[in-house]
Formats: sequence, structure tokens, C-alpha cells
Amino acid sequence: MENIKAIIEALVLVSETPLALEKICAVLAEVEKSQVQEALDKLIAEYEDRQSGICLQEVAGGYQFRTRVELANWVKKLRVSKPASLSPASLETLAIVAYRQPIVKAEIESIRGVDVSAPLRGLLDKKLVRIVGRKDVPGKPMIYGTTRKFLEVFNLKDLSELPTLRELKELNQSQESDDTIPLQENIEDVPSL
Amino acid sequence: MNEEQTTDYAIKLDIFEGPLDLLLYLIKKNEIDIYNIPIALVTEQYLHYLNIIKSLNLDLAGEYLVMAATLIHIKSRMLLPVPEELSDEQSEDDPRFELIKQLLEYQTFKEAAAGLGKRPLLERDVFVRSATMPAEIEKSDTEEEELIEVSIFELIEAFHNLVSRIDKNELLEIDLEKMSITDIINDVMERLTREKNLTFDELIGEKRSRRSVIYTFLAILELIKLRMIKAYQTSAFGVIRVFPAVE
Repeated sequence: MENIKAIIEALVLVSETPLALEKICAVLAEVEKSQVQEALDKLIAEYEDRQSGICLQEVAGGYQFRTRVELANWVKKLRVSKPASLSPASLETLAIVAYRQPIVKAEIESIRGVDVSAPLRGLLDKKLVRIVGRKDVPGKPMIYGTTRKFLEVFNLKDLSELPTLRELKELNQSQESDDTIPLQENIEDVPSL
Repeated sequence: MNEEQTTDYAIKLDIFEGPLDLLLYLIKKNEIDIYNIPIALVTEQYLHYLNIIKSLNLDLAGEYLVMAATLIHIKSRMLLPVPEELSDEQSEDDPRFELIKQLLEYQTFKEAAAGLGKRPLLERDVFVRSATMPAEIEKSDTEEEELIEVSIFELIEAFHNLVSRIDKNELLEIDLEKMSITDIINDVMERLTREKNLTFDELIGEKRSRRSVIYTFLAILELIKLRMIKAYQTSAFGVIRVFPAVE
């Protein structure tokens, strides 16, 4: 197969959602996974070098063509739909869910110090946050986590790409003996999306 | 407190996301070390803000009052002498410790939220090829279709779409046709065993009276609940296809 790169390019183009490496490999059954990855990396670099309007990006566990950030204003002129904006309350709530998932509402509220019903409902409606289960404590509160769409919207490969919470870490280190501080949950513990 | 300052407060009030946010603002404004908060000063200013909120007749969230009580409680504890033998372990016994911890944690997430907001957001900074509404999927393609499970909300949405398509005039007719969900359930199951799978539209059929749509929808929900059938969808807003649970 002489032109793996071209095939991959075509596959990514027709895919509606970020295309996972596994799916590309399934199509290119005779090609080694490492070769596919290599071709992908080359393709990404080519788009980068060419300074074209689109770039091939790894988001939400797959590959997708996206417009270059600097061109946002031009694209917006063509598009009628307005982006769904997030209020500071929603963004704070989302950040807490993203870093502390799986998390129940009461825990989010104890961090923000205010009721989060409204922003949480908004995030559920926007499908950035989802209910991942119910906690086995009295009242069976819902447990929340982020969605694949969250990764897509925030341009993240996966949850581990979230920047680490610097100050929180420092705080925890200074209080290592004190177990009352909930340590930052290991991101690996999050159920796969 | 002169007039000018009061106005200044009033403008800034609506930007606070809660009592912790207000406290952080006070700390920043007074250039206070967050690890060593002069509790008397902060409490005084905090209560001052609460008065302004009250004077503006704004709804004062209960959380603000809880924080006020906490601050006053800490302030009163700070006034009590610390027993000699404990004074070494300052951080553990400092009545402010819990509050500082809470503030630091909140501050961290406030920053994290700002960080998230600065990322290149889809539909704001970056865009993908816009998806067109998927055309009706050909029934013969069923074998290749990749199925995803639909949630109850999507089913309800499909129902909503159908209802909105029905001729509104029909609502005025008095329909004496007797229908029961049991009949429809039997009908749906019979058709499913014959056809193997059917789309939601096909199940509703050509009749399209509001009553038959509602009854069929209820029948489908009931069958899903009983695990007699399964509903799948190929993509968001795609056609919902119903299968018998056991072949």
C-alpha cells in the first residue's frame, strides 16, 4: 500500500466525529499500527508546515480536521449560529467536575460555596457533563463526570491533558498528614468515557 | 464610608459567584496574604457588603449568611487564648485553617475554570466541517449500520418530532375509535417478529393520528421497559430503529 497518508486523510475527512486510531487501523488491516501512527504524525506535520487553514488534531481520543484558531473571526462571518457560551458559574462547575470526577453535587457545592443546581443542569443539557451513576450513600446522590463532547469542545486529547492543579497540589503536600483534605483524585480512576 | 465607595461596591456586586468569591475579592483588594487572613478586617468588610446587598433589596442567598456566621465564629475563637502546649502546632489549631483551605481550593478551581475558558473552544475558536442532517438511512443498509443505544430523551424527541408533523386540525375531531395499549403492544410485537426491525416512523405507520402516535409511543416505552424490544440509533438525530430483544 503506497499511500497510507492519503487514505488516512480521506478517512478523517469523511468521519463526522474524531476518528480513533483503532478505526483507522481496522480499515488499513494490513498496515502495522506503528506505521499508521507514523503516517498520522507526518500528516499532522504537513498541515502544520503548509500553514493551511485547517489542521489535523488529536481530540477526544481521535483525529479530526479543525480550522486554525487564528482564523476564527473569518469562519464566524460565514456561520450564523452563535456558540453556546458558558457563564463563569458554569465554567467553575465544569472545572470542578472535570478535575474531581466522579463527583456528587454536594461536593461541587462545598467547593464553590453556593448552590450549583442551575449551572449543573445547563452543563447536562449541553452534554458536557453526564450522570455516571449513583453513589451508594443515603439519598443515592447522582455522580457526575465529563463527556466525550467535553473533550471535543475544549480541544483535549483526553482528561490527562488537563493542566494540573498547581496550588491544590502544594496545599496537599503541606498537609500530607492531614487526611481531611480530599486529595486530588487520580485521573486514571475516572471511568472511561 | 463615603458615597463613592458605596457605588463602587454596588457595581461589583453581581460579579460575585458566591461567598467564597466575595472573600477572595476582599483578600485581593486588601492585598492580604491568604495564609494569614486578618479575620477582624475581613469580617467587617464582608458584613458591610451584606448590608449593601440588603439595602439594594437583592435576594441574599443563604450561603452568604452562613459564611458571615462562620467568619464571626472564627473571629470569636481568635480572641480566645491558645493553651500553651498547643501553640506550637499553629496550623492545625488555627481557627482560620478550615476557611483558608476552602478558599485555596476555590481559588484553584476558579483559576482552572479561567484556564478552561481560554482554551481554543469548538464553535468559538476552532470549527469542524459542519455536519449536514443525515439523510434517511436506507433500510437495506441495516447490516452495515453501526448502532448506538438511544436514551429515553432521544426517544421522546423523536416522538415530539412526529407529533409536530401531525395535522393540527385533527385535534378538533372527536375520535371514537377504541384503542388499547395492549392491542398496540401486540401489534408492534407481531410486526417486529415479521419484519425483524422497524424504524420509529414505520412503527407509527401511515395513520398518524395524535392518538395512535401517543399509544404507539407508550407501547414502545412499555416494551423497552419490559425488555421485549431494543431501540438503536445510528447517529445523533438519526433514525431510531427498533429490534425485538430476542430473535
